[in-house]
Amino acid sequence: MTQQPYLSVKNLSKHFKPAAFSRGPVVKALQDISFDIPRGQVVGLVGESGSGKTTIGRSVLRLIEPTSGEVKLDGVDITTLSGDQLRQQRRKMQYIFQDPFASLSPRMTIGQVLTEGLDIQGIGTRAERRARAEKALAAVELPVDAFDRYAHEFSGGQRQRVGIARALTLDPEFIVADEPVSALDVSIQAQVINLLRDLQVRLGLTMLFISHDLAVVEYICDTVIVLYLGRIMEIAPAADLYARPSHPYTRALLSAIPSPDPAVRQQRQILTGDIPSPANPPSGCVFRTRCRFATEACAAGVPALREVAPGHARACILDDIL
Amino acid sequence: MDAPILDISGLRTVFRIGGADIAAVQDMELTIAAGETVALVGESGSGKSVTSLSVMGLLPKRVGRIAEGRVMLSRKSGEVVDLAAMPDERLREVRGNDIGMVFQEPMTSLNPVYTVGEQIAEPIRIHLGKSHREAAADAVRLLADVGIPDPERRAQQYPHELSGGMRQRVTIAMALACDPKMLIADEPTTALDVTIQAQILDLLQKLQRERGMGILFVTHNLGVVAEIADRVVVMYAGRIVESGPVAEVFAHPRHPYTKGLLRSVPRLGQAVELKRSGTPLPTIAGNVPSLRNLPPGCAFANRCEYAIEACNAAVPPLFAATPTQKSRCIRWQEL
Repeated sequence: MTQQPYLSVKNLSKHFKPAAFSRGPVVKALQDISFDIPRGQVVGLVGESGSGKTTIGRSVLRLIEPTSGEVKLDGVDITTLSGDQLRQQRRKMQYIFQDPFASLSPRMTIGQVLTEGLDIQGIGTRAERRARAEKALAAVELPVDAFDRYAHEFSGGQRQRVGIARALTLDPEFIVADEPVSALDVSIQAQVINLLRDLQVRLGLTMLFISHDLAVVEYICDTVIVLYLGRIMEIAPAADLYARPSHPYTRALLSAIPSPDPAVRQQRQILTGDIPSPANPPSGCVFRTRCRFATEACAAGVPALREVAPGHARACILDDIL
Repeated sequence: MDAPILDISGLRTVFRIGGADIAAVQDMELTIAAGETVALVGESGSGKSVTSLSVMGLLPKRVGRIAEGRVMLSRKSGEVVDLAAMPDERLREVRGNDIGMVFQEPMTSLNPVYTVGEQIAEPIRIHLGKSHREAAADAVRLLADVGIPDPERRAQQYPHELSGGMRQRVTIAMALACDPKMLIADEPTTALDVTIQAQILDLLQKLQRERGMGILFVTHNLGVVAEIADRVVVMYAGRIVESGPVAEVFAHPRHPYTKGLLRSVPRLGQAVELKRSGTPLPTIAGNVPSLRNLPPGCAFANRCEYAIEACNAAVPPLFAATPTQKSRCIRWQEL
């Protein structure tokens, strides 16, 4: 139990400043985010637009520079690494993007896409690189002849498999999957989730899985983090979150998802109003402007994450919400 | 039952690509009565959006056209017209007047350089011949109807000053400006966050109750269908594969595709159990076939667990499985 987590994020904040000479406000995309991922586990980040899920994913791989905070990957703080050291670390960490149409170059063959990372890292001979790419294609259940073909020859689901294969060629330990199935049709979504789950278990990958859809993260994640306006609202083991959602926002989010069962036209609890702008978030609890339980006390201070059950915490000052 | 407001029969819409006509929609039939919501569901390339574009006469010029079929609309005046045979100039009298339209992306349906009040007032002036002053007053009233707080001030604002959910409310106000009997909503909540989606679905249901419109609701989300529709039409590769009342189709799908689709929708609280027992999520194997080379038989046969030799012989007709439910599967009785 004392094993150190594979990924450890502490007090991570990211503020986007307005462009030079423009007078826009500072956007506080992330505020004081802390969580761990134990080796070989999957943590899901769930939230609506502007909640900061993608900003966390990118900060964790240092694709963008965090404003403050610490990101330790396998014990190494990657926020302080220099260019060369960072490149060394990047071998272990990979990103799977949402849009399989935008993330693959139309001018490169699938083979070139798959071996580019190996070229940059200077790994293997030409033949070895090809062998690794073909192995990755097999792992995602694509035919080997895909190697010499172009992205446009494939469907959305197949392209997303290419995106996964690209992440696998470097034998990573850690993967950030950013909405990997959101652009896919329902019948294809489940195929890709099964594939990701299978690879994750087989290769012992540690994963950060980002999605706006609570129903999608349930199958693949061990732990789920619910974000709102750049802050963590609730963190819980997946089974626990669905069975016993504790934060008023999580409950509203779950009840807003339309059920595909007409018999349970459930009592929906509709949140009024819009998500406030992250440039000007409410004081205290960021959710209080839309929360039906909010009291004056909620505006006073930012609620700390309090544990309600083992591994299950929520950022809400109220004790007895129903 | 009353005569339907919209009655589509034998619709075939083709796109001219590389010198050949490719059918994006075939053998389409659909009716919508006053006060009724019919959902058109399917995955990418199933023909659901092409069907709605065919009704509105908004197919891309020179590339897409209605090759066969009738699209009968009962106008506000009581006149019944065939939209499929109408010249473009006359269609313009119908669009936005007898048929309201709401699309997926509110920012692309709104003009960034006009205030939202002006944009809502425009169809009122053009179709109903009201003055600027009257139309502007109507616009403010419509904004209030769609639940926008402080409508006088909002009417003076530009689209970029509003949130995504507010913008979609504005496009709904525009669609309702001339009090149409028919509303076509093409993925109206797909670009919205789930808490905002719930607000918009609620609004559409309220407006329908108040106005008794027929709604054609195009979506890929089966949860949304269960929430909002009375009847559902499921499309695959350009054809209807199943249709019927939502409760019946969802409780007892009579086509293997509908069955597979309903099974592969992630349901809250159920995946945890599957994971515990090491069971993969249910899926439909394979991919949607290309419309360029559809098989001579059932288009779903290559992905279907019920497929037999006879499925490849010819495209099955729509069988009346029950008085209200139809299925394009030769083995529907075994499902």
